[in-house]
Amino acid sequence: MYSEKVMEHFRNPRNVGEVKKPDGIGEVGNPVCGDMMRITIKVKDDKIKDIKFKTLGCGAAIATSSMITELAIGKPLKEAEKISRQDIADALDGLPAQKMHCSVLAADGLREAIADYRSKIKK
Amino acid sequence: MDRLIYLDYAATTPMRPEVLEAMMPYFIEDFGNPSSLYTLGRQARGAVEDARDRIAAFIGANPREIVFTSGGTESDNMAIKGIAFANEKKGNHIITTPIEHHAVLEPCHFLAKRGYEITYLPVDEHGMVDPADVEKAITNKTVLVSIMHANNEVGTIEPLEEIGKITREKGVYLHTDAVQTFGHIPINVNELGVDLLSVSAHKLYGPKGVGVLYIRKGTRMVPTAHGGSQENNRRAGTHNVAGIVGLAKAVEIAEREMVSEAKRLSELRDRLLHGLIEKIPNARLTGHPTKRLPNNASVCLVGAEGEAMLLSLDMEGISLSSGSACTSGTLEPSHVLLAMGIPAEIAHSSLRLTLGDKTTREDVDYVLEILPPIVERLRAMSPLDEAWKGEQ
Repeated sequence: MYSEKVMEHFRNPRNVGEVKKPDGIGEVGNPVCGDMMRITIKVKDDKIKDIKFKTLGCGAAIATSSMITELAIGKPLKEAEKISRQDIADALDGLPAQKMHCSVLAADGLREAIADYRSKIKK
Repeated sequence: MDRLIYLDYAATTPMRPEVLEAMMPYFIEDFGNPSSLYTLGRQARGAVEDARDRIAAFIGANPREIVFTSGGTESDNMAIKGIAFANEKKGNHIITTPIEHHAVLEPCHFLAKRGYEITYLPVDEHGMVDPADVEKAITNKTVLVSIMHANNEVGTIEPLEEIGKITREKGVYLHTDAVQTFGHIPINVNELGVDLLSVSAHKLYGPKGVGVLYIRKGTRMVPTAHGGSQENNRRAGTHNVAGIVGLAKAVEIAEREMVSEAKRLSELRDRLLHGLIEKIPNARLTGHPTKRLPNNASVCLVGAEGEAMLLSLDMEGISLSSGSACTSGTLEPSHVLLAMGIPAEIAHSSLRLTLGDKTTREDVDYVLEILPPIVERLRAMSPLDEAWKGEQ
């Protein structure tokens, strides 16, 4: 059902955990739905300097979380927030149709973390 | 992968070599159609009738009350629609439970769309139906009560004998889906008081694609497959001779081994359950603590998601199933666990381990060694790091 790449990220997820003193936090999903994700980012010069995730969810939820941290790290915020669910799925060599919502969750999580960072610097 | 441990016997079982051996002649040599009158046909007919006799004796039925089908799903559909359509003059009310297999629930949904009234009885936190609720739910429009013998997800064995007394007294037909119990615990249709009982061969080391519907003599019903006059006009279609012979062989093996195997498996099941609960903080048993299938160990391992556990175990050579949303193709966790009042966030962490003839104590101990660190790893990855430690 899953591609080799999804399984590889599920087996060895990248950037698990939380960055220290995060500049932005994105929390999406809820345990009732079975998927929950927290993305924490560190921002420097308007770029994502560090990013980590914690996820409760299925194999696809963990793999998409892991993949978005790889896609986002080092990217300018403006590019990072444009990462779409399709970008994540493509980077994982595809996701089963009923698992596409997991990549939505990951993309939303990152955008929420970036929005959180922006709302904080405005203050 | 060096090790392969199959713990999903409730999903299907491997065929026993003796079953295959018994089936083999009926594909090429004795290939006749049991409805043909010449020797080749009569031989095939003989094999089908011998199988019918054996299966009938196994559940205390008359051979004429045994109808061969393509499996559990067809048997359930035939029982529910066959009774509903034949008894429209009496009424349009059916009583069942929310924890039935989809092969019962979906025919009920189908009938509900066509104006039938369906009552779903509540179950308690163990998935047990209260016979008093059956009695209260029966009206003069009730034509059928359909309650499974044992639940396929959590293993709870329902109080059918008591329910059977009530339906007999009220003159209402009682159907049971016995797919999980047939060949695993003793069944006598008269003691249970059932009028219809569904069976599937591949759950007891027989072939896939063959089953039985037991129909008590005098039961008023119509066929759901129309065609030839096979099975006394109750189920049209050429007999699956090899499959039927295979089912009878599986029954013969069950006659011999069922009692001792149930004892062996229930000991392994308890070792597994106690081990999981001891080694994994906040592991919870699902289903009834004692009135459960000998081979069913089902648990919720709160704070770890079912599919993620399943994939991790698969990498270690262990096959089992989960009631998590992510394993069902829908976004809802198991309807059985939800009906038992288990919150969705806990139901997502369910695992079902079902044991069978090849399961050994070493297998159980291997699972007890492999699973706890998997749960620990997934919990550590969760944003709800503390949630699983106590009540939410």
